[in-house]
Amino acid sequence: MRTALLSAAAGVGLCIAGTALTLAQSASQSQPGGASLRPVGSFSNITNQRDRSVALFNEMGKVLTHPRCMNCHPAADRPRQGDIRKLHEPLVVRGKDGHGAAGLHCSACHGKQNFDPARIPGDGHWALAPASMAWEGKAVAQICEQLKDQNRNGSRDLAALVRHVTTDTLVLWAWHPGRGREPAPGTAAEFGALMQAWADTGAACPAS
Amino acid sequence: MVSLKVNGTTHNLDIDEETPLLWAIRDNIGLTGTKFGCGIAQCGACTVFVDGQAQRSCVTPVSAVAGSEITTIEGLAGKEAEAVQAAWTSRDVPQCGYCQSGQVMSAIALLKENKKPTDRDIDLAMNGNICRCATYVRIRAAIHDAARALEI
Repeated sequence: MRTALLSAAAGVGLCIAGTALTLAQSASQSQPGGASLRPVGSFSNITNQRDRSVALFNEMGKVLTHPRCMNCHPAADRPRQGDIRKLHEPLVVRGKDGHGAAGLHCSACHGKQNFDPARIPGDGHWALAPASMAWEGKAVAQICEQLKDQNRNGSRDLAALVRHVTTDTLVLWAWHPGRGREPAPGTAAEFGALMQAWADTGAACPAS
Repeated sequence: MVSLKVNGTTHNLDIDEETPLLWAIRDNIGLTGTKFGCGIAQCGACTVFVDGQAQRSCVTPVSAVAGSEITTIEGLAGKEAEAVQAAWTSRDVPQCGYCQSGQVMSAIALLKENKKPTDRDIDLAMNGNICRCATYVRIRAAIHDAARALEI
């Protein structure tokens, strides 16, 4: 692992404020500027296990509904971008495999890593979430049921879900989104711990 | 030192590894067919192929493409390239021409994947390439021409 000091985009006239630790995909640290997450331990005073599970998921909902996650879990075929969640420019679509249309794949612009001089985010498998995992416009309770539904979640059981959110580089990107984007709340490690605790308490969903 | 293979030739360049590929192609290697438009992957003028896939060279650090086969407009070859070139010439597609090398790269990328694109397919593939002269209608027609020529 290395940290890239992406400064000196000399000639483009881009003013780069501070350093960009775009490659530090550490689960225990997060790019500064994001909201916080409550630690798992702070839920221990909820004695009813189901209530505790619901409360844990509601906390997870802060991440799931954050622009870093929601922008690429769109209800339709076009992703959104930025903290204000505007429609992606240029107009791009899901395509047959979530990687864009023929001739204009996500990788045409999104490289393996963030490129901060141009504020272009990147990851090794930049893509839209499958249509079955569309979260946009849904309540946290609905997202919860969808997340657990193996017909819609990529056939993942709870352990696989936790593994997905703690190891998938595109998920982890949400906490290191690069210059000009607010990271998802908390840290990846905190989010993973919340999901593990939610799973361990029966993976209950909020009432819709 | 960064080693780049562009149009079949390896270039060893003493440049920062975060230098955008576009700058290396134009300023260090001297191939100026690839254009600088916006610098933020919004216009498509800088499109090149990296291992056969269309990529915006203005947002690609050279460190990401060391060891890859990079193809610029100057290095194009193959039946799709020939068909697109013929169609572009026949239709007099360019007006000012500045965006056209990027347009041509994206058109070829589309035809390599989709032999018979519809208007919608063409629009979705070419959305990332902006033309300030608005030659879009001729671009679309020329891509259809090239697709038909490739069928024969």
